[in-house]
Amino acid sequence: MSLTHYLVLAAILFTIGAVGVLVRRNAIVVFMCVELMLNSVNLTLVTFARANGTVDGQIMAFFVMVVAAAEVVVGLAIIMSIYRTRRSASVDDANLLKY
Amino acid sequence: MLTAADAIQAPSLSLGALAPLLFVFGAACIGVLVEAFAPRDVRHPVQVAVALVGTLGGLVTTLLLAGDRTVTAAGALAVDGAAIFLQATIAGLGALSILLFAERALDPARSTFVAAAAVPAGSPRDRELLTAERVQTEVYPLATFAIGGMMLFVASNDLLIMFVALEVLSLPLYLICGLARRRRLLSQEAAVKYFLLGAFASAFFLYGLALVYGSTGSIRFSDIRESAGAGGTDVLLVLGLALLIVGLMFKASVAPFHAWTPDVYQGAPTPVTAFMAACTKVAAFGAILRLLYVAFGTSEWTWRPLVYGIAIVSMVVGAVLGLTQTDLKRMLAYSSIAHAGFLLTGVIGFGGGADGQSSGLGGTMFYLLAYGLTTLGAFAVLTLVRDGDGEATHLSQWAGLARRSPLTAAVMGLFLLALAGIPLTSGFTGKFAVFRAAIDDGAWPLVVVALLASAVAAFYYLRVLVLMYFSEPAADGPTVGVPGLPTTIVLAVTVTATVVLGVVPGAVLDLAEQAARFVG
Repeated sequence: MSLTHYLVLAAILFTIGAVGVLVRRNAIVVFMCVELMLNSVNLTLVTFARANGTVDGQIMAFFVMVVAAAEVVVGLAIIMSIYRTRRSASVDDANLLKY
Repeated sequence: MLTAADAIQAPSLSLGALAPLLFVFGAACIGVLVEAFAPRDVRHPVQVAVALVGTLGGLVTTLLLAGDRTVTAAGALAVDGAAIFLQATIAGLGALSILLFAERALDPARSTFVAAAAVPAGSPRDRELLTAERVQTEVYPLATFAIGGMMLFVASNDLLIMFVALEVLSLPLYLICGLARRRRLLSQEAAVKYFLLGAFASAFFLYGLALVYGSTGSIRFSDIRESAGAGGTDVLLVLGLALLIVGLMFKASVAPFHAWTPDVYQGAPTPVTAFMAACTKVAAFGAILRLLYVAFGTSEWTWRPLVYGIAIVSMVVGAVLGLTQTDLKRMLAYSSIAHAGFLLTGVIGFGGGADGQSSGLGGTMFYLLAYGLTTLGAFAVLTLVRDGDGEATHLSQWAGLARRSPLTAAVMGLFLLALAGIPLTSGFTGKFAVFRAAIDDGAWPLVVVALLASAVAAFYYLRVLVLMYFSEPAADGPTVGVPGLPTTIVLAVTVTATVVLGVVPGAVLDLAEQAARFVG
């Protein structure tokens, strides 16, 4: 398998994640789709690092993982707080702010 | 064979150049410790003091650095004129925002921020805590971290640091958006929306980073400039740049990436809205300018058409949709979208000189300072006008405000005129600077659109003025609170700055022009 395959796979995963964010209704699932996008970026970075013959890209992947972990902490806290009040994590129910 | 010592060399760190960042992040870390160890009844004053010392210390140290031009931390940070100017702006506006956060005299509920965020909204315990003395004092270290992230954002000289700074500034902001004491459901909803869309946008930024890395083999701006300038029409590079622009434009609340702005501005506690409108805008545009001018300055054709189009969309969306708003906070959110378009007009006026000086850069930086101060003041006035349920932000409630409180109406009027860009206010000088830069660079059609959009937007600012001065006050209208010391300081500073930057802008404009240099 050439490196291009990995890049294409990463692009497909990124697209699945992006489409998921747009069509899914549960905040937790939307958030998981964002995580999928971040991980597809990791795959891209590692592949390019391999192609360039340097380790920069792999180090960047570590940074991305750390940031993603921090994002999970903040995100789940926010989603939990709204779930406790509304008993629902659907992004359609959160509709007080409009127009 | 490499030994460990050869492979890993400690990068040279210029501690002097990093001092402002160290100051602010240090204060944020101390804030976390205070939260853990100080008894609850002294936490609030201590946290406010720590946050103010951190941000004002950051401001003073950036001012001491003026004139410095260094690239430090293994090339990851560029401390140059533009970075120092923007860092000082962010630290100053951040200190003013902290003062707004600290206001406790206005609301019978004792603070804008919730007493205990973990208590479900609307529960009996939550109602009990509504008028409690207690405050979720974590907002101060969180805000300080956000300010530190913003200051890092405008100085970052490679894409990875830019991404980390983006997250460091965003994550605390998501949280403090959800910490309002009144209307908690709206506030939490704003936090969820901001978080989900913000994470989505930063994923785009990150994918852009990966593509640029794949195309150029580096994420350092100087290397990217060399590769991009070498003339290849690399699809990967252009695609990566487009994704990076999407991520940054989201933060700057530029249409068509603005969907979150009105909702979050309305739902978040007003001091937080003020903080976001002023500081986040400065930081995001600082990063946009650095990315486009330093990394892609030699291949202007890659971004110019895109930014040109986005600027037009943003001005039109902000001006037209702002007309239909009935809530003042939402109206100011659309105003911020329109202003983002005007700022992009300055970005288009790149006019890169041989020595790296650019008139567009100077004008945009001046505009950011002027707009940040004015919008912060406008939101501060919004916190004064209240009814039994907190802030009265519906337009109809502001009818006849001038009779109830001539001073409040006059101050708000000044800010609205400045936002509209009427001469003798800072808004006019800022607009003049960015439009001149754009015309010098041949982008006169854009300036024509900008002038038309300004005219449309002026209508909704003036509508509020007319409402305040020429309408009969409603019988059960809102009351105007007497601000405590913190809000008074903020209003005094912002009013003075709005007038001074409008009447005698020369000194600051010169300063911005002199600072308008990037070091690559």
